[in-house]
Amino acid sequence: MPVFDQQETRKPPISQIGAVLWLKTNLFSSWINTILTFGSLYLLYIMIPPLLNWMIFDASFSFGTINFFGFEIKFSEEMATNDNCGRVGACWPYIYEKLYMYTYGFYPRTETWRPNTVFALTGLLFVIVPLVKNYKYKNRVTISLIILYPLISYVLIAGGFGLLTPVATDQWGGLLLTLIIASVGIIVSFPIGVLLALGRQSNLKVIKLFSTLFIEFIRAVPLITILFMASFVLPLFLESGNYFDKLLRALIGIALFQAAYFAEVVRGGLQAIPRGQYEAADAIGLSYFQKNVLIILPQALKISIPNIVGSSISLFKDTTLVLIIGLFDMLAMVNLTSNDPYWLGRETEGFVFVTMVMWAILYTMSRYSRKLELRFNTENKN
Amino acid sequence: MSDKKTNIIEISELNKWYGDFHALKNINLNIKEGEIIVVCGPSGSGKSTLIRCVNFLEKFQEGSILVSGTELTDDAQKIRKIRSEVSMVFQHFNLFPHLTIVDNLTLAPIWVHSETKQEAREKALKLLDRVGIKDQAEKYPNQLSGGQQQRVAIARSLCTNPKIMLFDEPTSALDPEMISEVLEVMVELAREGITMICVTHEMGFARKVANRIIFMDDGQIVEENDPENFFNNAESERLQLFLNQILTH
Repeated sequence: MPVFDQQETRKPPISQIGAVLWLKTNLFSSWINTILTFGSLYLLYIMIPPLLNWMIFDASFSFGTINFFGFEIKFSEEMATNDNCGRVGACWPYIYEKLYMYTYGFYPRTETWRPNTVFALTGLLFVIVPLVKNYKYKNRVTISLIILYPLISYVLIAGGFGLLTPVATDQWGGLLLTLIIASVGIIVSFPIGVLLALGRQSNLKVIKLFSTLFIEFIRAVPLITILFMASFVLPLFLESGNYFDKLLRALIGIALFQAAYFAEVVRGGLQAIPRGQYEAADAIGLSYFQKNVLIILPQALKISIPNIVGSSISLFKDTTLVLIIGLFDMLAMVNLTSNDPYWLGRETEGFVFVTMVMWAILYTMSRYSRKLELRFNTENKN
Repeated sequence: MSDKKTNIIEISELNKWYGDFHALKNINLNIKEGEIIVVCGPSGSGKSTLIRCVNFLEKFQEGSILVSGTELTDDAQKIRKIRSEVSMVFQHFNLFPHLTIVDNLTLAPIWVHSETKQEAREKALKLLDRVGIKDQAEKYPNQLSGGQQQRVAIARSLCTNPKIMLFDEPTSALDPEMISEVLEVMVELAREGITMICVTHEMGFARKVANRIIFMDDGQIVEENDPENFFNNAESERLQLFLNQILTH
């Protein structure tokens, strides 16, 4: 019987690694790809230079005296007006001047420390949560944060309770309002969505029927319709004395809308869980509630993270629709401030600025989701 | 088997259908405490269905099953009580992939049997030691080989001190070189006097530890006997054919 020597391991041939190979496989793998590569390069060539010129090289960054968040900033002796800014490039002082409106809307200028505190608390939350991960009482800390954080935020922003000057919701606006609508919408709708998803999978016919009807009804209707219903139609059915806040009505509409979408996303995750997991959970004697909370949902939600975040990102963008029922979120503020007679015709700067802010927030969300996925990935850990 | 021991499982006139398909036909089977039963037969003969009826993973339409005196009905409370006494080991292990090995073991003791975390953990580590994988306690299931995973699954089902263990083809999904490590654990369990019903094709195992071997075909029990007579004096033609097929290669 022949016996073979053990072979030495070698490095792959040089033509199979490195930059040349990367170019060959990713950009020039076929003649169609080669055309597409050159086409894209040409498009970038005609688009990027004018954009940079407008945003940076021809733009004014500083002149005149600007009111920046209530502080006077003096760049030069010139008057800070639209005409001085020029029309070739962007006029960024306009953005500085209107930054307050973009951030807080009509929130009283004397009270800005309140939303600022909420922003700071939110930032702190992202620092604290990873820190207490290994702390003995982390469950208690988490639960108290879940209860305290929204409460404190609400008291700070809305005021009242004899502590702070009340600020009515029609004075909330800008990024503050966008963040409130998006986060309340997402956080409130998520548990409802999970329950609906479980309901749709349930063996109890009535619950299944109700969940399915709710989900299918909401998903068949555009968000605008729901906002209109919540804003204009709902008050018609209520007794005149029961008029409740416009923002609250919009929030309820958005939460119900998003719940239906979350329900479908989570249902997808539930369907990916093998039957064996249900059987094993049953066989060790877990109740329906324990089975779902301890075994099924942790796995289903983990699979659904990319879709949950994707759906949240669409909701964040959809919050700009509240403009049509008369709430002034960040995007609505661009329209509003461009009506300022001193700064006519500066929508472009506003839209570009809001785009950049939106992009920064949503890109962060999407990166964070990737991080969560990796952290919870126990299936493929080696 | 001494007749003094009482029946721990009594199955009588059991019939089950999947839609129109008659999966179990008039099954009558009594199992005494401490008995080791091996169930074998061609695929689709209803052997898995039968043992899955014993812990009510499958509902049945006719007949009755009594497990330590309690009759299986739709009553969720009763089912949970029975399931806490009857453990099951699955063909595909069905470990919980999002929990570490030790958390897989302590889940039922903590949530179903209200043990403290400390107690449950100590017991879990002892059991892991017994199946020879204590050093893997903090890993996740998918970091283990198939044989190790199945041993964890056995340890998990022992964690609740069951009176009865059901094995549903525990070695069929394993690579050949891992089968013996799982069988060794099962042989050891069999010697400790726990009641076991094993659906398996491991005839060596059956010969070694079974008190009775049951041959099923087409949803019925065709023949049951002690190992000696089962292998040497098969009466029915179907069993002779089956034994020929699995023993000669």
